[in-house]
Amino acid sequence: MSVSTSLSSPLDAVDRAIVVETQGGLPLTARPYDAIAARVGISAEAVMTRMRHLLKAGVIRRIGAVPNHYRLGYHGNGMSVWDLPDASVAELGRRIGELEFVSHCYRRPRHLPLWPYNLFVMVHGRDRSEVMTKVQAIAELCGKDLRGHEVLFSIRILKKTGLRLAQ
Amino acid sequence: MLDEIERRIVNELQRGFPISERPYADMARELGTTETNLIARLQCLLDDGVLTRFGPLYHAERMGGGLTLAAMSIPEEDFDRVTAIVNALPEVAHNYARDHALNMWFVLATETPGAIENAIATIERESGYPVYNMPKQEEFYVGLHFAV
Repeated sequence: MSVSTSLSSPLDAVDRAIVVETQGGLPLTARPYDAIAARVGISAEAVMTRMRHLLKAGVIRRIGAVPNHYRLGYHGNGMSVWDLPDASVAELGRRIGELEFVSHCYRRPRHLPLWPYNLFVMVHGRDRSEVMTKVQAIAELCGKDLRGHEVLFSIRILKKTGLRLAQ
Repeated sequence: MLDEIERRIVNELQRGFPISERPYADMARELGTTETNLIARLQCLLDDGVLTRFGPLYHAERMGGGLTLAAMSIPEEDFDRVTAIVNALPEVAHNYARDHALNMWFVLATETPGAIENAIATIERESGYPVYNMPKQEEFYVGLHFAV
């Protein structure tokens, strides 16, 4: 990642400093926003106001815990991909996204003829057979709109560092 | 295994966390524990790897950056060489091997949207294989909640 900040970035220098100080995690001290404030060089009240604003604007999706799903017993993680008519993908995507076992649901471009799929749905379960049962539930929800689907399981993680802004 | 209070922490803290002067104290009251205990338990859950992260989760595009999912189809005998090329780029945030003709899937995250194209061009030039770019066109849902 480049060290320079884009001129088009919606974040100002103070917001960016808050991101850099919190992207590794929230301090585990009784007054975490005071700890961030001390490092950024503004008041805790200002940090909280800015973070509330970033949350409202969706720059922060949420503040919370990210579990290691393998450690919680979720060993099946399938990337299901769906070929749905362009006219109905938005409505179906919205309904599939409401299913409790779905973590991500996105429309993406096809690459014909190699790749006919336009909807990506991450499905999690305790094992692969539980994932396949849930994928079947999605197939039934799609009904006659379903033209084809596949489930891609990960074989191994080649790299996992996550998104990082340069310090 | 997780005990009852850890279970409650993992379940509830996936939903959100307050922005307040003493957020751990506020959250601890809801969970039926103390501020000190909540902080200690969170530290343990992170140290043990039950939680991979605790804090704000940022939205790359809304920070003004670029984000995409891309895939490649690499012959088995060339897989390690191409993995090294792809992983060497700091823009590659995750990379997974998957059981499909498109057998390498990675996420590119850049500070500017334009940098995505450059990263893809670099990978294509150095590897000699095409990259299939699959940027998100519409988001219907994103939210991870694993009940324990």
